Amino acid sequence: MALTATQKIFAKHAGRESVTPGELVTAQVDVILGNDITSPVAIAEMKKAGGKVACPEKVALVLDHFVPAKDIKSAEQCKTVRDFAAEQGIEHFYDVGKAGIEHALLPELGLVRPGALIIGADSHTCTYGALGCVSTGVGSTDMAAAMLTGKLWFRVPQAIKVTLSGKLRRYVTGKDVILTLIGMLGVDGATYRSLEFFGNVSALSVDDRLTIANMAVECGAKNAFFPVDEEAAAYLASRGVHPCAEELVLPDADAEYIEEIALDLSSVPPTVAFPHLPSNVRTFGKDIPNDIAIDQVVIGSCTNGRLSDMRAAASVMKGRKVAKGVRCIVIPATMEVYKQCLEEGLTATFVDSGAVVSTPTCGPCLGGYMGILAHGERAVATTNRNFVGRMGDVTSEVYLASPYVAAESAIRGVLACPEE
Amino acid sequence: MEKGKVFKYGDNVNTDVIIPARYLNDASAQNLKAHAMEDIDPEFSKRVRPGDFVVGGFNFGSGSSREHAPLALKASGVRAVIAKSFARIFFRNAVNTGLYIIESAEMADEIDENDVLTIENGVLTDLTKGKSYPLPPMDDYVAKILAKGGLMEAVKDEG
Repeated sequence: MALTATQKIFAKHAGRESVTPGELVTAQVDVILGNDITSPVAIAEMKKAGGKVACPEKVALVLDHFVPAKDIKSAEQCKTVRDFAAEQGIEHFYDVGKAGIEHALLPELGLVRPGALIIGADSHTCTYGALGCVSTGVGSTDMAAAMLTGKLWFRVPQAIKVTLSGKLRRYVTGKDVILTLIGMLGVDGATYRSLEFFGNVSALSVDDRLTIANMAVECGAKNAFFPVDEEAAAYLASRGVHPCAEELVLPDADAEYIEEIALDLSSVPPTVAFPHLPSNVRTFGKDIPNDIAIDQVVIGSCTNGRLSDMRAAASVMKGRKVAKGVRCIVIPATMEVYKQCLEEGLTATFVDSGAVVSTPTCGPCLGGYMGILAHGERAVATTNRNFVGRMGDVTSEVYLASPYVAAESAIRGVLACPEE
Repeated sequence: MEKGKVFKYGDNVNTDVIIPARYLNDASAQNLKAHAMEDIDPEFSKRVRPGDFVVGGFNFGSGSSREHAPLALKASGVRAVIAKSFARIFFRNAVNTGLYIIESAEMADEIDENDVLTIENGVLTDLTKGKSYPLPPMDDYVAKILAKGGLMEAVKDEG
């Protein structure tokens, strides 16, 4: 039967000619990712099973959620992961100073190959589909079983095809594209499905594609998929990844899709997800009031902490001051991005405007630390979830937006979009 | 006959409310259970008893991949979670850790808060309403994992 790109990658890793949507297969995995929150649970399972990691070269352990350790318990969890990496001979272990937010870090390190099957004990593992692979979030026990056996069970997904046309307008980004799609599909509209992008993919930067794939899970998707174009190939080459022809997977021409969406990128407006669901989207110029006062802005995360995001925010904030009463927290996602921000003068721009700049951490995105909201406080964030209590008190509110909108909001003190 | 009462919630019960991230600096299920459902139902951990049931709407367990969520429910003694649909990572995590989950729009619609339920011989009975539901079938591999009590036990057999 004709297969989608995702189905082809599952078939190959299951050692099969073909697969059928809905069936369960056991497939070999190429990368097994864990962080400081999910790995300790996996490590405990490994220890109970008395097992040894079958494939240490496939395992990547990244300390990113609560680091540098925010308290003693977090420090113990980091130590558990650190000790495990040493015991098991895991070379891809990334600690404070070498690390960064996992989903920004792995592509940077060249650990993401087109055609690969990547699992991670973190829901935003779907990010890497921007580079032509299948990557999906799993749980800690999944991670443990994969470390023990090198393989894991999967349900073969049906696909939703998104055909892109046109080009993004100024101040519109990949974040606005994925929020628009989540608004169309709803928070469970793609559950158990892959979200596959074709058409004018090249109109999007690689960073925009990473942002879009990152939030595919927010409409329930198992994974996202973008074919590798020239720009993606150049990005991969710059990271030392030179895929062979068979790794560059494309769907069969007559592959079946359960749903098809045509999206003209030039029609996408600056978009914000209002509390308390990522699907609760509104757009500037239509239904966003101009008087939503805010207390905090967070610019960073696995969704929007890459260099292009930092540049976008800095372009808005340069020579301007963060509004009185607003706290603006900027978090470059990796040490490479952090260094580049210093070299390009972006860090100075942020600090001069009255923002703080943190070393890489997931911190405030999930209400861990580094910017927790008090009772009734409101934040504009470039992060990925705005659930009840996500960034702090259960009465606080998170508005999800692009770095342009977050930066402009920090300056104006209300939810706002830069104007041409 | 083991009986349990129902805690009922709406759609999109996400893992951030099942177990808030501020408690994820501790992976012990016994410690996590004190905070289960805290941001949606602060009384849950005090009221829940072994054998009780959680009922939700669409997209139960959406959001983060944290296995701490099913572990906190399981450690709280929850016998099964019944929902109209489950987010996929939560589904995996529940199966892999041996938390019994039932996908049924009919049950999720009809069963109410505080109803008393029992499961026997493949049938769930709402004793409060006097109505029985056959449990929906599951994939063979999923059934095998649940029968073994979790994924690690199942894959050990596979060698």
